[in-house]
Amino acid sequence: MAEPTACLECLRRSWLLAALGPYIEKIAAGEVGRRSPELLRLSNEDLVEVAAPKVGEQMLARNAALPEERLVEELLLAECWACCRHGDLYPDSLRDAPDAPWALIGRGSPQLLDGLEPFEAVTIVGARRATSYGREIARELGRELASAGMTVVSGLAFGIDACAHRGAVDAGRTIAVLGCGPDVAYPASHRSLWRRICEVGLAISELPPGATPWRWTFPARNRIMAALAGMTVVVEAAARSGSLITTDLAADLGRDLGAVPGPVTSRVSAGPNALLAGGACVVRDAQDVLDAMLGPGRQQIEHRGPELDSALEAVLTAVESGHSSCDAVATAAGLPGPAAASALARLELLGYLTCSSLGTYSRTLLPSTTPVSL
Amino acid sequence: MLATARTFTLDGISARPVRVEVDVHRGLPNFTIVGLPDAAVREARERVRAALVNCGFEFPLRRIVVNLAPASLRKAGPGMDLAIAAALLSASGQLEWEGLARVALAGELALDGSTRSIQGALAMAEAARESGAEAIVLPAENGAEAALAEGIEVVPVEALGQLPALVAEEWEPARPQSLPLQLDPPLGAPDLADLRGQPHLRHALEVAAAGGHSLLMVGPPGAGKSLAASRLPSILPPLAPVEALEVARIASACGRLGSGLSGGRPFRAPHHTISAAGLIGGGTPPRPGEATLAHRGILFLDELCEFRRDALEALRAPLEAGEVAISRAGGQRSLPCRFMLVAAANPCPCGRGETDPDCSCAPHHVQRYQGKLSGALADRIDVLAAVRQPSAAEIGGAPGESSAAVRDRVCQARERQERRLGPGRCNAEMTPAEARTCTLGSDAAALLADLYARQRLSGRAHDRALRLAQTIADLEGAERIGEEQMAQALQMRRRDRG
Repeated sequence: MAEPTACLECLRRSWLLAALGPYIEKIAAGEVGRRSPELLRLSNEDLVEVAAPKVGEQMLARNAALPEERLVEELLLAECWACCRHGDLYPDSLRDAPDAPWALIGRGSPQLLDGLEPFEAVTIVGARRATSYGREIARELGRELASAGMTVVSGLAFGIDACAHRGAVDAGRTIAVLGCGPDVAYPASHRSLWRRICEVGLAISELPPGATPWRWTFPARNRIMAALAGMTVVVEAAARSGSLITTDLAADLGRDLGAVPGPVTSRVSAGPNALLAGGACVVRDAQDVLDAMLGPGRQQIEHRGPELDSALEAVLTAVESGHSSCDAVATAAGLPGPAAASALARLELLGYLTCSSLGTYSRTLLPSTTPVSL
Repeated sequence: MLATARTFTLDGISARPVRVEVDVHRGLPNFTIVGLPDAAVREARERVRAALVNCGFEFPLRRIVVNLAPASLRKAGPGMDLAIAAALLSASGQLEWEGLARVALAGELALDGSTRSIQGALAMAEAARESGAEAIVLPAENGAEAALAEGIEVVPVEALGQLPALVAEEWEPARPQSLPLQLDPPLGAPDLADLRGQPHLRHALEVAAAGGHSLLMVGPPGAGKSLAASRLPSILPPLAPVEALEVARIASACGRLGSGLSGGRPFRAPHHTISAAGLIGGGTPPRPGEATLAHRGILFLDELCEFRRDALEALRAPLEAGEVAISRAGGQRSLPCRFMLVAAANPCPCGRGETDPDCSCAPHHVQRYQGKLSGALADRIDVLAAVRQPSAAEIGGAPGESSAAVRDRVCQARERQERRLGPGRCNAEMTPAEARTCTLGSDAAALLADLYARQRLSGRAHDRALRLAQTIADLEGAERIGEEQMAQALQMRRRDRG
């Protein structure tokens, strides 16, 4: 296995970015979207000149004076390691990008990056304000792709990101790309998820340990997410969403785009629906992702639900057509309340449905064996 | 000259005996009350002085010391006026009442000498009986409620001026009629027929009422959650006479019996800004809270997620134990609170629910909001009902089944439970050991075991499902729990996580 090694120059670049945090925030304000990946293409001197012309000289001098021992010690203290673009561990997929990070700081198992090819990784992104539909899909996609041997890449944010990670940590490999130092759990309420990812997966960032997040660091980490994986899947995103920055960046790199279709009335499905209209790959389940990345039929996910009798089938159809509470299902399926209740319980038991803590039912990804009649 | 009289001070909902000792002797004119009186007791001086003078008695211009024994007990409230006045009259020789020490007196005095009603008259009458008094003299307004206590003579008086006639046996007041104990809900109470459509919610209400299970309703505003909750008392079984007396005692201690019992089981719906002390009781001396006022009835927490977390936390132990334990420096009191918890919540702060495209709640707000639904209190909730907006056809359709019909089924189910568990008990109170003795059909057992084996159920949820299934079987009159009933119970149970 390749060892995580980083040259001093690349390491210093990470520390320089952290020091420039507030300055870049100032010039990128208002047009945070695509500005920061563009800025990060610049060399140290140019970046400092653009972001902090007044204190640039001092900053560069201080950065150049950072001793290697101190950087290594900081990494060790934070239980992190680093690899740079000149090392063997640095993923080849990142080298495609003109704005690739010079060094990656990681926390967790470096093996996940070792020889990682784009077709072995999928990036799942989406809205922070996701619906239960989106969260369920993200979780299932994460779980099934991870158990099919894919590395699931996401950003540890609220909503879709966290669900994709949660699905994947239980089943296999996942990489969280952070907009802060890899030893910082951001958002803080995802601390336990972050800790678990560091145990079984990997958290990476181009920022040094302890670096705080800025608004510009999120689009910046999006470019890493886009470049790492062969395909970027959007589960839910509003029409002007940060997730769509990731898909733009992925498209620029020639990566595949996938989108999960949603109701046309749903605000958070506007993004993926627009991508689909523009020719993105339709993602209904993990199989669609595998087919798109590896070629149709190269790897099959085998799972089918048990057969259902006609009453259960009617109730399942009612939930599939959007009725979520027991009463609504009973009315739609034409059943008395108690009968609908017991049918819902059975379908939940068989794995077709999940029930939220609010008592509303939604469909899982488990396909039914009963053929769809048109 | 010394005289003593018996009276009571209210402590929580029970009355503690107090002995009033009045000493009148020579010295500078002075009137002192000792023995840990609160402000209201201390002010009795002025009321007693004016009442005596205005009733034609003489207020002795001598040194008067009133001692309230036991000296360590804190006395509160104006209910000791009558006893102090009577003892003072006796000590100053204006009233020859040799039986004074054998009767109890309680009542507040107006400045003209007439009596005013007091709180806790029922508890005081019962305490008088326990302490061996022959009779209790009370304000006329409290006569009816005190007469609920059997085995003690209740003497209602309208004014201090009636005491000489009473002592001389020239006047004998009629024994007051006791308040009628209303076991059934009053006529014209809200009826379940008003709830149109919503078959699932109706079924959940019926199951909750039949087994005494706590209920959580989640749904958008205006879907009928509060309406459903306010109809619950009308489908609960009638109060047993013993229970009705407990309810009357609590109402009496809170001064809520003035206009008589409202009838049926109490229904309390505190506002969500209530403090922990307001909810479970507190203060010095301890006063009963909403949980105690809901004893043998329903405590309805509307907008559950808006309640203060500490208030909900405080409710946890009382729910489990059926009584509130309040510890104060003076000792520990326990107040009864066996109630059925009914709660309602919106799916998110704006109420629309996240699947509605108009919902504009930030994710962490929704998370924090729903956090209270999965907190410690929610752990004590058995039944979850997702409520949705009824359709236009349902709203405009025929009225639902009436309360009376549902109540018949609920009562029958309760009878089956009492036969199995013992008098006054219901399925919600089954211990885990009792829950394991439920008779299950083989299909139902297989269904439950299957779910448990797949780790979709915790041990507690397993027992909860058993209890619910038993209630559904009781409602249907089934001897054993069938697969259908088990499936319904599994659907209806509260979920541990989202």
